[in-house]
Amino acid sequence: MAVDGTTIRRIARLAHIAVTDEEVKRLEGELSLILQWCEQLDEVNTDDVPLMNAVIPMEMKRLPDVVDDSDLVSEILSNAPCSEGRFLLVPKVFG
Amino acid sequence: MDNLTDMTIAAAREGLRRGEFSATELTEAYLVSIEASNGAINAYVLVTHEIAREMARGADDRLRRGEGRALEGIPLGIKDMFCTRAGITQAGSRILNSFKPSYESTVSSNLWSDGAVMLGKLNMDEFGMGSSNETSCFGPTINPYRIKGTDIPLTAGGSSGGSAAAVAARLCAGALGTDTGGSIRQPGALTGIVGIKPTYGRCSRWGMIAFVSSLDQAGPMARTVRDCAIVLESMAGYDPKDSTSVDMPVPAYESALTGDVKGTRIGIPKEYRLDSMPAEIEQIWQRGIDWLRDAGAEIVDVSLPHTRYALPAYYILAPAESSSNLLRYDGVRYGFRAEGDDIVSMYENTRTIGFGPEVKRRIMIGTYVLSSSFCSDHYLKARKVRTLIHQDFERAFEKVDVLLTPVTPSAAFPLGTSTLDPVRMYHNDIFTVAVNIAGLPAMVVPSGVNADGLPLGLQVIGRAFDEPTLFRVGEVLESAAGPLPRPDVWWR
Amino acid sequence: MDEIAHSPPHSKMIQGISGFWEVVIGVEVHAQVLSKSKLFSRASAAFGGQPNSHVSLIDAAMPGMLPVLNEACVSQAVRTGLGLKARINHRSVFERKHYFYPDLPQGYQISQHESPIIGEGHVIVDIPDGTSITVRIERIHLEQDAGKLIHDRYPSYSCLDMNRSGVALMEIVSRPDLRSAKDTKAYIGKLRTILRYLETCDGNMEQGSLRADVNLSVRRAGEPLGTRCEIKNLNSIRFIGQAIDYESRRQIAVLEENGTINQETRLFDSKTGETRPMRTKESVRDYRYFPDPDLLPLEISQAYIDEIASALPELPDEKKSRFMSDYGLKAYDASVLVADRNATFFFEEVAQGRDARMVANWIINELFGRLKKEALDITISPVSAYQLGSIIDLVVEEVISSKIAKDLFEIIWIEGGEPREVVEAHGLQQMTNTGEIEKIIDNVISANPDKMEKIKLKPAMIGWFVGQVIKKSGGKANPQIVDRILRKRFDFLPL
Repeated sequence: MAVDGTTIRRIARLAHIAVTDEEVKRLEGELSLILQWCEQLDEVNTDDVPLMNAVIPMEMKRLPDVVDDSDLVSEILSNAPCSEGRFLLVPKVFG
Repeated sequence: MDNLTDMTIAAAREGLRRGEFSATELTEAYLVSIEASNGAINAYVLVTHEIAREMARGADDRLRRGEGRALEGIPLGIKDMFCTRAGITQAGSRILNSFKPSYESTVSSNLWSDGAVMLGKLNMDEFGMGSSNETSCFGPTINPYRIKGTDIPLTAGGSSGGSAAAVAARLCAGALGTDTGGSIRQPGALTGIVGIKPTYGRCSRWGMIAFVSSLDQAGPMARTVRDCAIVLESMAGYDPKDSTSVDMPVPAYESALTGDVKGTRIGIPKEYRLDSMPAEIEQIWQRGIDWLRDAGAEIVDVSLPHTRYALPAYYILAPAESSSNLLRYDGVRYGFRAEGDDIVSMYENTRTIGFGPEVKRRIMIGTYVLSSSFCSDHYLKARKVRTLIHQDFERAFEKVDVLLTPVTPSAAFPLGTSTLDPVRMYHNDIFTVAVNIAGLPAMVVPSGVNADGLPLGLQVIGRAFDEPTLFRVGEVLESAAGPLPRPDVWWR
Repeated sequence: MDEIAHSPPHSKMIQGISGFWEVVIGVEVHAQVLSKSKLFSRASAAFGGQPNSHVSLIDAAMPGMLPVLNEACVSQAVRTGLGLKARINHRSVFERKHYFYPDLPQGYQISQHESPIIGEGHVIVDIPDGTSITVRIERIHLEQDAGKLIHDRYPSYSCLDMNRSGVALMEIVSRPDLRSAKDTKAYIGKLRTILRYLETCDGNMEQGSLRADVNLSVRRAGEPLGTRCEIKNLNSIRFIGQAIDYESRRQIAVLEENGTINQETRLFDSKTGETRPMRTKESVRDYRYFPDPDLLPLEISQAYIDEIASALPELPDEKKSRFMSDYGLKAYDASVLVADRNATFFFEEVAQGRDARMVANWIINELFGRLKKEALDITISPVSAYQLGSIIDLVVEEVISSKIAKDLFEIIWIEGGEPREVVEAHGLQQMTNTGEIEKIIDNVISANPDKMEKIKLKPAMIGWFVGQVIKKSGGKANPQIVDRILRKRFDFLPL
């Protein structure tokens, strides 16, 4: 199975990355290579194999419901490319 | 005091305690060295002079009062993957242009709490994606080592190439690196230094920029095994802010360095003997086996049958998780933003200009792997294959205490020659990736130089959370190999 | 259970031009978990606040930040599951659901996809027509809420407020067991009541703590399910009803003209009462779910579940049965009372040692009406449980008549006070003095000779006389006494 240009452009839209025709061509080859990796994995029977979640058996810890109510707005906005008052600004979204 | 920067962390620690020199003097020596060298090596992307001097003064105060902590006054460099309050953090990417975190990563914060001095931020492949440091938006780091009689710039490896070169060129006493598929061990091998990728969960990932969340692990890089043990002891520990960090006490790593490997069982995995393995790698591996046998260890052949699936699993897991982790770079809250006519074009312009080609390539692959266009569930399949690879190691560790393997298929290569050729790619990562896939600890120990005078290393792989045995075996290997010949100082 | 088993009574069908249509509805309710902090961060989950004041570094998706699960959100979800008689899954998995939108800082929402925390359950819903239906719950999962975009502040920019980003939601997904707007409104109402009993969601639809997405399709009787449309983000029970009515008529009209229904997401416009297709946020949509590698599977032990179960409050259905068996209430009265948990507390306080049916009548007919008129909650009722009890006592003791009791209620509502003293002060006691009553009766009889003639032919006329006498007494004459005296006077009447 090979990956076609239409699929690559669809993936590019999902990833929000623009691709040139030349890049589409190159990616066709690279994504097809990924398919080969997958075919290799298909050789392995994983029917009763659990997902690996941690190196040693452990349970996920949960934190108590405590509020840290420090107002971090200045920290949150300090790196923003575009902000006004207490808001971040993005190009108009028509809701 | 010209040789202050030649001291190991252990030696500097002693000198500082005895008051033979001050933390300020030690720090200044490094700052001078960086000033003179970084233009050529390009290890630092940012030098935090003032912070370093201030921290050194604080360390001197404490040392004078006899209150020195584990790393009091030791100048360290930090891979730009770690968010630090000092300076900016960009992970080698333009998309994080001028990003100034208001927070400090847990791991770097642990170092400062133990008295270490921050020299600056170290170069790396963009978001850790690369093994030659050439994907960094700050340009590649140059390996201090050169092929004898040439001045061809060689790679320092990646993604922690800046950390490796800085340690090797004496631009810091030790450094923080991160390792996702070999990013500490491969540059460590290529620059003739020691580095350890701890067990997944041993060090907190909080504040460390995520590349592949299920594989990323922070680790120390330094000139000796002992130095790595000292630094790891400070870095490691449970962090309630990281759900994947493990709540286990941190052993005293330095006291594991007994120099004794009598009766220790060393496994040699047969699957790591590749047909196409270069003779110099074959030889260094055999030498390592002989050294350990001579020191009284027992050499045992073992098998890791699923080894060949480690790379396919890695090449599915890594792009998939990273494509997701990099979605937050959208030009809204921080970093680079390219304007656009609407929100969608703003996103697209920002990401297309902000990310380098290798990162975009991997994002595309990862998005594809996770998308419905793809044969479904391969991500989950790869997670299950991880379990099988992990079980292979567990089975091997029933018979042996550590494994000894090569790290890289070759010594440092010239910049501009890294390739996407699948066979070469396979060779580059084959020895390191399975360890990340299995979540185990592994260390690179410099073991000699090849005919060109370039460093070669060996890898010691341990049981989960058995870093003490790694350090013990690593140190024996290190002393058997003896110190590597130093590179000629061409860079200052 | 298959779909056929849930075929509705024919009465719920809608008549189109070409025959009868059945509407098939399933609902996804997004209920904000009552917790102090967010699902994966320690920022406040409280409603409102200055823009971007309830935002942690995690919620803002700063580089290197990691989610850590809030224990309270887990226990609240388990509590909700138990309240909806649902299966609690011992192991569930948080996954990333990816889409690009400025209100989603991480670029993905952490949600549960393949393995939700809660499995199948059910809700018994009483419909106002007196019937009840069982609505099956398919699953409940935990997920993060998104931030808010404000579009009207600047001409070319939208403003992002991340206060809601990362607040815990429970998505409660029903099976397509509902057949009408009435069913659906009753289901949402019942669900909200249960959540409020459990104190796992405040159910405040105005503040967005409870929102519903309605999936609706239509079919002719006996036909397989039609293509459905999803109406998103309905935030009031009234709108849910309007949206369903509009959308079912729209779909029937399309199909009767041999058109086809597109499976699509629609929005309800509360101004026009219509639904319209939503402009898609993205040209391509592909959520790319995978287990979040920053989190481990969520493990819940049986002991943990048992502990929560043992602390569960009495739920509306159980309370309703108890009110019927212990207090002898009618089913309807009991269900009206249990719809508001605080009303049940009020009721039980007043009913203590009194005629419970009478108490229920007073609460449902007088108190609820008055509270509704002034949009007050029963917890701040101007007439307290003690005061209402005293009013009822005065009626039972025949100190005041039922009619006067209503006036007394109004006085207490406005002026407050001890009902017995108010009765004294206003002279509201019933007239029990037979002499006085006889006098009024004499006057009424002499003033109405024509009525005296009529009553001889029509004994039911006695009611008119009783009414006249009470009226003339200013409402104070005891009706039983008036009736007794009148019947003595009109000895020609059959007993």
